[in-house]
Amino acid sequence: MTGLRHALLCVLFLVAGGAVVAADAVGVAQKQPVNMTAIAMFLVFVVATMGITYWAASRTKSTSDFYTAGGGITGFQNGLAIAGDYMSAATLLGLSAMTFAKGLDGFIFAIGFFVGWPVILFLMAERLRNLGKFTFADIASYRLEQSTIRTFAAFGSLTVVCFYLIVQMVGAGQLIKLLFGLDYSTAVILVGVLMVIYVTFGGMIATTWVQIIKACLMLFGGTVLLIMSLSHFGFSLETMAQKAVEAHADGIAIMGPGSLLADPVTAVSLSLGLVFGTAGLPHIMMRFFTVPNAKEARKSVFVASGCIGYFFLVVCTLGLAAIVIVGTNPEYYEGGNLAGKLIGGGNMPVMHLSKAVGGNLFLGFMSAVAFATILAVVSGLALAGASAIAHDIYARVIRKGTATDVEEMRVTRIATIALGVVAVLLGIMFEKQNVAFLVGLTFGIAASTNFPVLILSMYWRGLTTRGALLGGLIGLVSAVSFVVLSNAVWVVVLGNPKAIFPYEQPALFSMPLAFFFTWLFSVTDKSARAKTDKAGFDDQYVRSQTGIGAASASAH
Amino acid sequence: MSADIYKKVRANPRFAELEHKRSRFAMLLTAMVLVTYYALMMIVAFAPDVLRVPISGGSTLTVGVPVGAFIIIGSWLLTGWYVSRSNGEFDELQNEIIEEAYK
Repeated sequence: MTGLRHALLCVLFLVAGGAVVAADAVGVAQKQPVNMTAIAMFLVFVVATMGITYWAASRTKSTSDFYTAGGGITGFQNGLAIAGDYMSAATLLGLSAMTFAKGLDGFIFAIGFFVGWPVILFLMAERLRNLGKFTFADIASYRLEQSTIRTFAAFGSLTVVCFYLIVQMVGAGQLIKLLFGLDYSTAVILVGVLMVIYVTFGGMIATTWVQIIKACLMLFGGTVLLIMSLSHFGFSLETMAQKAVEAHADGIAIMGPGSLLADPVTAVSLSLGLVFGTAGLPHIMMRFFTVPNAKEARKSVFVASGCIGYFFLVVCTLGLAAIVIVGTNPEYYEGGNLAGKLIGGGNMPVMHLSKAVGGNLFLGFMSAVAFATILAVVSGLALAGASAIAHDIYARVIRKGTATDVEEMRVTRIATIALGVVAVLLGIMFEKQNVAFLVGLTFGIAASTNFPVLILSMYWRGLTTRGALLGGLIGLVSAVSFVVLSNAVWVVVLGNPKAIFPYEQPALFSMPLAFFFTWLFSVTDKSARAKTDKAGFDDQYVRSQTGIGAASASAH
Repeated sequence: MSADIYKKVRANPRFAELEHKRSRFAMLLTAMVLVTYYALMMIVAFAPDVLRVPISGGSTLTVGVPVGAFIIIGSWLLTGWYVSRSNGEFDELQNEIIEEAYK
């Protein structure tokens, strides 16, 4: 059971981005000797992205430029940026590590991460684009009572952003300590400072380009690594599989479903949480507002899911290759003991594989890509958080839409800097803490608070302000309670002997609760406000379908 | 301003036709992806041996590998189908409806 738990935590971390290493029991990442090649390559990346930020700063004049790059990102570019968000350092490390350890199970998990994307396209992409302007709260509060729902949605976004930032920061610190040989706090401060620079100066334009460059580097690195690895097996997948079966302690069992999937409830619950949690992450939804229209929004998901699907196939093959190339080489094991632990922890197979087939130079390149990934993800998060504070809370709720562009921009920049400081402080504070539960919490909240409000406001005429607010709150409270009562908090953090809630992922249980109570409090709502809420649906529906009246791309 | 246009669009019977077609198509594709995926999860849970069958006599690769690859590639192709039909056929119909509404 602990094996399964551990594996599931790894899975959660890999989706959460950067944090896999932290899952390996917290704070155990060994500081490695300073890796000059990796640092040099990373510096090249930083210099290039600073150049982009400088260029982007000259084009970031209005709030629309800042939040959504003026809606001027093409579908193809946005597709790469979305793929960049999803192909985290952790996907590379975590998914390959799972295939390395469990064979086909890792591959089946990868499918679970993938299928959310087609569903997001079919059900949400064009509506998100047509209804949204800057934030997801724009959509949730479109026909419902502005200040209540906007405050609630902004609060939901900020909660998700903050928890996610902690996870990212702690993961970043551990990963960078391991790959670059830098101090934990140096790494965290470095990430925080770079993030603030990208976002405050370059806004969405810089953030998107950082994400695009990083996605290309990741696809390039993965492909090169795949070709080099396949060349060891005469480019035959069958030969690779044969050798892997010979090399792996579990033998032929790795070619079929195994222990990871022994509990289908957990697996299904996890995949539900992933699919709908992803659809409820503010920095992912925000990406849909950067393209000029629904056509481009659709294209972007096609490009994104193509890249993500390809990348997952590559990464799983790399895991299989690593079984043979890394798994039989004592050089990569602590004390040279093949039955013992991998140097750097269980998530390192693909890094060792990089070194084995590509030497130190290639390892340096892959480490730099991993660092770049973390930067790109935290920048997206900071931007999503800043827009919730400045656009939703400041401009719409506090100033009721009377704030000028200049005032709003000033607040966004202050908010970004504040988020940067908070992220660094939390990152340092949580260094030795087990942050695993925060991942479950983040996805739980996104899937049971943001997602139900969003999807129901788009699809269900009967949704009222009262229903959305109370249902969302119940989703929030139940997601938090289930996580607190689960093994990760109740036992690991609070030290109780046995978990009250038997699963790590709350979504399967908290989502239905959120939906049920949203429904219940909506249908029983006979207020005048409820009538207005429902009356607004028809116009909203036409706009969501046709894009008439949608926030459009600015002139440049 | 927009409110009038919205009203005109709603009044156009072709808007209902477009909506009917487009949402049916979206639901069909969603069902195809989710049913395939959850069918796989059920096989994993209740008949895992199916996935352990070698793809051909004497091979080490099992059926699980191509099946998994098929789900990823297949659902990606479905997104392609959705995008081409929405951006083509449906958008054309939609643009006509919008033009009529602005007349």
